Amino acid sequence: MIDLDDVDRAMLRALSLDGGLSAGELGRRFGLSQPAAWRRIKRLEDAGVLAGRQVDVDRTALGFGVTVFLGVKLATKGRVSLEDFERAVVAIPEVQVVQHVLGLFDYRLRVVARDIADFERVLRRRVMTLPGVGQVEANVLLTEERRPGPIG
Amino acid sequence: MQLDDTDRRILRHHLAEPSLPRADLAARAGVTPATLWRRLEKLAEAGVIKADRALINWRKLGYEVEVSLRFTLDKTNPRAFDEFIAAAREVPEVVGIETFLGRVDVRLNVIARDMAHYQEVYRRRVLALPHIAEVDALMLIATIKESEGLPL
Repeated sequence: MIDLDDVDRAMLRALSLDGGLSAGELGRRFGLSQPAAWRRIKRLEDAGVLAGRQVDVDRTALGFGVTVFLGVKLATKGRVSLEDFERAVVAIPEVQVVQHVLGLFDYRLRVVARDIADFERVLRRRVMTLPGVGQVEANVLLTEERRPGPIG
Repeated sequence: MQLDDTDRRILRHHLAEPSLPRADLAARAGVTPATLWRRLEKLAEAGVIKADRALINWRKLGYEVEVSLRFTLDKTNPRAFDEFIAAAREVPEVVGIETFLGRVDVRLNVIARDMAHYQEVYRRRVLALPHIAEVDALMLIATIKESEGLPL
């Protein structure tokens, strides 16, 4: 496992807010030369700590006013393969996130829809028809906030 | 902001593969790099693109455990949401906070180095949060799909 010093942590925190920061800008901010900052970024990338980029958009402005988290329980555990369920669920374009979990549910899904009527369509036609799907619980997302995590 | 087909095409490719270098994104969306740059600037200014951030792989930093903790709060107290969320922000292992309409009021995404560390965070920090009525946990086994992609 990679060891981080305070400068690495500060750089990770800055990049997790703005992934477009260049080595030059990071260097200026943290008192490093551009090549020194670049070497640190490279090391974090090589270790897999920096794992690409994520773009956050205003989904409502793009016409997707509703985001719903679904907890899905499989009805016939053992008989329906997880692979069949997973292959079908990842193919639904409105499903952004699929997580296999342990607890009250078997899967957590994040579903986007244009409005509640559109969500109902996705739920009835696409989610409820998935192989093995059993009990489903829906919670409509109101607000979301990302935190920097334990790199402070 | 009024989006045209070019904006939508750029966003579709950008969201589907946020780590793609800008030159490749321009080629994929069928625009020149200068047009791409201008359009992305405009989308960011209008707040359609809220952030473009580096993704941190917590596992590579030794955080092997990820748990989705789902709370119902004691809503007889009108300050319950604000005070719960303010206190949750103080816990470094909390990497995400979401609020919902539904059976679940708030979800915290919590990471920990291992089960012993998770137990400590859960007992000392999470259960100490104010106004909890109920809590259940979904332990992440595997992320099958994770994308900000929208069916634009």
